[in-house]
This record gives sequence, structure tokens and C-alpha cells, in this order.
Amino acid sequence: MQGNTACAEGALAAGCRFFGGYPITPSTEVAEHMAAKLPKTGGVFIQMEDEIAGIAAVIGASWTGMRAMTATSGPGFSLMMENIGFAVMTETPCVLVNIQRGGPSTGQPTMSAQGDMFQCRFGSHGDYSIIALSPSSVQEMYELTIKSFDLADRFRVPVFLMADEIIGHMRERIEIPPSVPRVERKPLARGVLPFHPDEDLVPGFPQFGMGYGVHVTGLTHDERGYPCTTSPSLHEELVKRLVAKIESARHEIADYRVTNPDAEVVFITYGSPARSVEQVIHDNPSDRVGHLRFRVVWPFPEKTLWEFPNARVFLVPEQNLGQMAREIERHTSVPVISLPKLGGALHTPEELKRAMEAWR
Amino acid sequence: MRHEVRFSGFGGQGIILSAVILGRAAVMYDGNYAVQTQVYGPEARGGASMSAVIIDDQPILYPKVTTPDIFVIMSQEGYEKYGVQAGENAVMILDSSLVHSRPRCRYVEIPATREAKQTLGRDIVANIIMLGALVKVSGVVGETAIERAILDSVPKGTESLNLKAMKLGFELAEKGNTV
Amino acid sequence: MTYADWLREDRLPHIYCAGCGNGTVINCTLNALDRMGWKKEETIFVSGIGCSSRAPGYIVTDSLHTTHGRALAFATGIKMANPALHVVVFTGDGDLAAIGGNHFIHACRRNIDLTVVCMNNQIYGMTGGQGSPTTPRGALSTTTPYGSQEPAFDLCELASAAGANFVSRWTSYHVKELTRAVHTGFETPGFSFIEALVQCPTNYGRRNKFRNVMDQIEYFKTHGILLQKVKRLREEGKPIPDDAIVLGDFVQRNRAAMGVRR
Repeated sequence: MQGNTACAEGALAAGCRFFGGYPITPSTEVAEHMAAKLPKTGGVFIQMEDEIAGIAAVIGASWTGMRAMTATSGPGFSLMMENIGFAVMTETPCVLVNIQRGGPSTGQPTMSAQGDMFQCRFGSHGDYSIIALSPSSVQEMYELTIKSFDLADRFRVPVFLMADEIIGHMRERIEIPPSVPRVERKPLARGVLPFHPDEDLVPGFPQFGMGYGVHVTGLTHDERGYPCTTSPSLHEELVKRLVAKIESARHEIADYRVTNPDAEVVFITYGSPARSVEQVIHDNPSDRVGHLRFRVVWPFPEKTLWEFPNARVFLVPEQNLGQMAREIERHTSVPVISLPKLGGALHTPEELKRAMEAWR
Repeated sequence: MRHEVRFSGFGGQGIILSAVILGRAAVMYDGNYAVQTQVYGPEARGGASMSAVIIDDQPILYPKVTTPDIFVIMSQEGYEKYGVQAGENAVMILDSSLVHSRPRCRYVEIPATREAKQTLGRDIVANIIMLGALVKVSGVVGETAIERAILDSVPKGTESLNLKAMKLGFELAEKGNTV
Repeated sequence: MTYADWLREDRLPHIYCAGCGNGTVINCTLNALDRMGWKKEETIFVSGIGCSSRAPGYIVTDSLHTTHGRALAFATGIKMANPALHVVVFTGDGDLAAIGGNHFIHACRRNIDLTVVCMNNQIYGMTGGQGSPTTPRGALSTTTPYGSQEPAFDLCELASAAGANFVSRWTSYHVKELTRAVHTGFETPGFSFIEALVQCPTNYGRRNKFRNVMDQIEYFKTHGILLQKVKRLREEGKPIPDDAIVLGDFVQRNRAAMGVRR
């Protein structure tokens, strides 16, 4: 099965019943598969006039209680930024799939990249936190899409599946489980203010049409949901909570794989470069090379770096100029070496072996 | 045993579909692992198209082909872009009706496009002839496996045409000019 | 019904200036809504950004106050996801016709079952009086200090051409007609567009020779001309004044629509 198809199948298995989007290479197969399958499940597929409208429709649908998603790539992702901030501010659960291609601008529509890792984290204006996952196989396109919906509902936040063209367009073997457990959106308890957070800092969800009479606004709002834009303390409290509900749960959200934790030379990857590192480790078993692979990239799980107490160096191959390498560097005194690669080609195992040998 | 198969031709010949069918045969009907990838540009028709399949009895880690041992080449441009670098130990199945160059490695000449047109009346099935020849020459997947994968993948109503093409591929490979 | 049944008293006072026409339009809309007998829990208000878009925040139903220009896209998501909900959009001329222009024509094309009430004050009121796509030629604003040089959009002609099922224009003077038009919009399956010209004494009237609120309302009254009359004048080859405000139902039809409750 193709990665993009597996993503759509994962969404359907997770109970996603709304897709709003706009065609863009190399993500289009996600939309096409949803267009074919959603009507048969009682769901709604709508191709909007642009990506701005796509994410807007998804947010609207989410307020009716539906699991909703969109899929896009670089230019479309850029267009979505304002409404992503709106989803953050209004605490709207939604899933955005980004099959990353070479940028900036129109760049390389059909070639792989990981250049949007910071854009998904910081691309909309203001301070906020989101959750981002990165699959490195077709199997994970399926599994992590499902996980994205659970996280979106659990934390009431936009969740990004940050895949790349290689994983999106690759076809490989996949095992589909007979059933998928689901984390439900916590409803708002009656009598509680609609934006009053529970202990986990996440408010219950007041679904539209259920008589809550909730006002949802992108303006700074109080716990009633009413605009209140001139109180410095209220704004600070709201934004800090929106960030804290994600960041304080980052070790709960963390999802990663560790290979050879006693290693001195350690690769850190997410997405398709993980496959090259796995090949290096497989081909050189006596070298005891370490590998930390993130399945969740944001919120950044810095404690995972402690899994390698003997690390002398972290080697970070990415299809960008060192975006996550920079983030890793902030959290460790171990030297972090970025191994950037642009243009769409994947790091070859030989290249990584050479990089590794320079540090032995 | 890892096999790397590279297909190349021009857009519209079904280069990507060929790889998808081969990968499907390996995974669904031979119980092996396979990864299928492609390089494609903006054009849906024409241009040099390339796709690849890795087949292994072990899980596949690095998903891209590095040194293909099997080439299926269906256009001169595809040969020049992706076929020239074939190593001496590789085998190449080439559509001799469209490819004029010949590699240093072992190769089999299959006039797939001509045969598709003249014998089957539809040049669209040239890629299936090539797939049949590939399987006969390399044994990279079983003959039953490729047959079932073809049936899964082709449009309804074209099954018998495609099976004829596959069998023609088997025959051409058996009597084909192996150099 | 009293309007108080539909308003959030704990949000008053509202942000609108004294003499603003938006209140009239909200009142007409709520009256029409009440006449429909729609329940609060099955009615959703959606809006974008601007003075008009603040209106849903004063209404007791569920409401979504979205980003600038995008209200129709959000509303499309809500309506498609749950066609049982009545979805009403409040918007303004800047929100709808400038930044949201593309969503506007596509919502009309889809003929999605929404009722859109546009408070057209011919200016960007909230940001302090900049020119908008409906600012008349020659009118003064902070970004057209020498008089607007751009031709204005006719939103009703646009909605009609793009495929809306019901299109009507009135002003804040024409309370009864406006209420009826919104009501017809609610009743009509498919996309209904009601444009209400409103006075903005603070940022439009003040700069354009309407010394007080009544001057502009009087202008709406004297310059309003019914669509039927325009058609007749056209047939008779008689001139139509440049500054005429054409009023009435532009379109009422039954094109195939989306998101209609089954």
C-alpha cells in the first residue's frame, strides 16, 4: 500500500468523517482516497477553493463533533498558517497532514524534504504549542495518523502528521489491525464555563448543536469564551495555559524508538532518513551505532536524549539544513552534528557510514 | 536475498504501474517484503519516468535502490538516464523496438511495444509484456504471483488482454535474444 | 419574542458606535429567525472579522467568530458536517468582498445552504475608516483621501452571477423589507445572500457629508430605487442615476444546492 493511502486508511479507521482540502502534489492521494471512501462511510469530502478554506472547513466541521482532517504540502501549508493559529486559540481538535516537498516557494513539487519542521511548530503568529508526528514507514503512516486524531481530541489542539514525499509515495507492506481503540473527546460538563480548563489544563468540548450556546472566537477570551482583549493578565494566562497543556505533557506525548542505548555514536532521526540509519546499523552490527528515532517530534521530548548516557556525538541526518539538529543542540552538551541533505534524495547508508566513521 | 529492480521509460507507458504490480506480487502472493518508489517530474505523459522495486525476504530498511541488479528499460531516454550505469552483474530487459543502445551487462531484447501493437493490437500492454519477460528471465517473483497481481491491478474488462500480454512476455523471454 | 431572548445580556454594552446601522440589521435578522421558529440549540452564527462580525458574540446561540474573510469557509464545514443545523453568517463588505471574495463566489457556486447577511457600510469601520471594495467612486476614506478612484463591487450582481439561490438588497432604513428578505433567505434552500447597506457615522458618514446619522438614513430612503423600476427605466431607455441604490430581490430560484437538510 502507498504511504498516502495508508494515511487515509488510518484516518478512516480512526473515525475521521470529514476531509476538507485542496489538491497539491505530493499529498493529493490522501484527498483522492478520502474522496472515494468517505461518502461510503457516511462522511463528507469537500474540495475547497484553496487551502485556507480547506482548513477553515475542517475547523468548522470539528465543532460539530466530527473528527476532521486536511492534507497538503509546502505552499498549501503556508496558506493554512493563520487558521492553524485560530485552531490553537479556539482549542479545536483537527489533524493536518503535510507530505513535505522541497521549498521554499513552489520548489520541488515531486521531491522529498523535511523543511517545514519549524513552520509547523512556529509558523502562525503568537506563542503557542502544537503536536507533530513523523512517520518513517507506510505502516507508521497508518498508525501515526490514528494517533494524531487521538492526540488532537485529547489535547484539543491541531496535530500535524509531518511526513515526507518518500514515505508518502512509497509502497510497502502494511499490516492493518482488525480494530482500532479510540480516545474520545472529553465533553464539557454541564454548568462548567466553556473555556474553564480541567486539571490537565484542557477544557471539556462544548460541541455545537448540543445547547451549550458557546461563543468561540479567535480573540483573546475569558473562560466564558467572551472576547476580552485589553487585559494583559487574562491574555498571559490564556496563552500560557495553551502552551502548558502541551508542554507539560510532553513526556506523556513522547513516542520514540531507541537502538543500542550504550552507543557512543548516536544518530537521531525522524521520517525517511531513519530508514538509512537502520540500514547502516543492520549492515554494521559490530559497530554498536546508536539510534534515537522520534515518532513524535513536537513537543520536543528532550529527556529522550538521556537514553544514551555514553553518547559522544549526536549525528542528525535531515532533509533540511539542520532544523531539528538546532533544537537538539539546545538540550544537550553532547556535540550535535547536522547532516543536512536537500534536493529530494535520501541520505545513502554509505554517506551516513562515512559521517559516523569521522567520529569514531 | 535483496533484489533491486529499476524500471524506466517515458510517462504513459505504465512504468510506475509495472513496479506497483511487481511489488504487489512479491508481498501479497510470494510472502516477501517489497518497497516501491519512483522518481517523477511534472509531466504525466512523455519525459523519462523511473520507478523501482526492492524485493527481499527480510524487512527492507533503506527504501531506495542503490545498485539495481535488474533493469527494465522501455525508452532510449530512459536508458540514457537510468540504464547506462547498469553494473556488469546486472541483467537488463529492454524493449528492443524503442531502445537502440545496449549495455555492458547481460541483456534480453524484447520487442514489447511492436509485439503489443502487432500481436495484441494495443500498445498500452507493452509494459505487461515486459513484466512477463522480467519474471521469466529473473524469477524475482513467481509466475502465479505476477499473474494474480496483474489481475488485481488492471481495469475491469482488460484482464484477458493483460494475461495474453503477460504470457507473450514469458514466450518472448524464452526465445528472446539474450546477449 | 423580544430581541432580549436572543441576546447575551451579560455581554452588553456592545462595541457599536452610537448611530451605527448594524444593530438594525441584527434586530431584523433575529426577528426573522424568531418568525422561523428555529431553536437556539439548532442555530449557529458564524462570522469573520470586522464590526459586523462581532454580532454573533452578542447572540445566545453557538457561534464561531473566525478569521478575516474566511467565515463562509468555516460555515461550509459546519453545514456540510451537520446539515441539521441552521447556519447564519454575519459579514461585512471588507470581510466578504475583499479578503473573502474567493470564498464568497465559491459558496455561491456551491449554493451551499447558508444565509449570509452582509452589513455593507462601504468602509473598513473597525480599523478606522479605510476604503473597501464597496466604497463608492469619489468617496473619502483614510486610504482614499482624494476620493476613491476604484469602481465599487455590486455584491448582489456578483452573488447572482455566481449562483446563489436568493439575493436581495435593502438598507437600514428599510426595516420591514429587510426583515422579510432575511426571512425569505432562511426559508430558501441553498445559498441566500442579503446585503444591507448600513450607515457608519463614525468612519463613513463623518467624512462624506452626512453630518448626522439621519442624513445618511435619509439618503438611503431618497436614493433607494426598486429593481423593477430600474428594469422599467432601462426598457424605456431612460437614464438611471449614478448614485441610485438598487433595492429588491435580485434572484429567487431553485438551483441544485448543497448541505440542505434531508
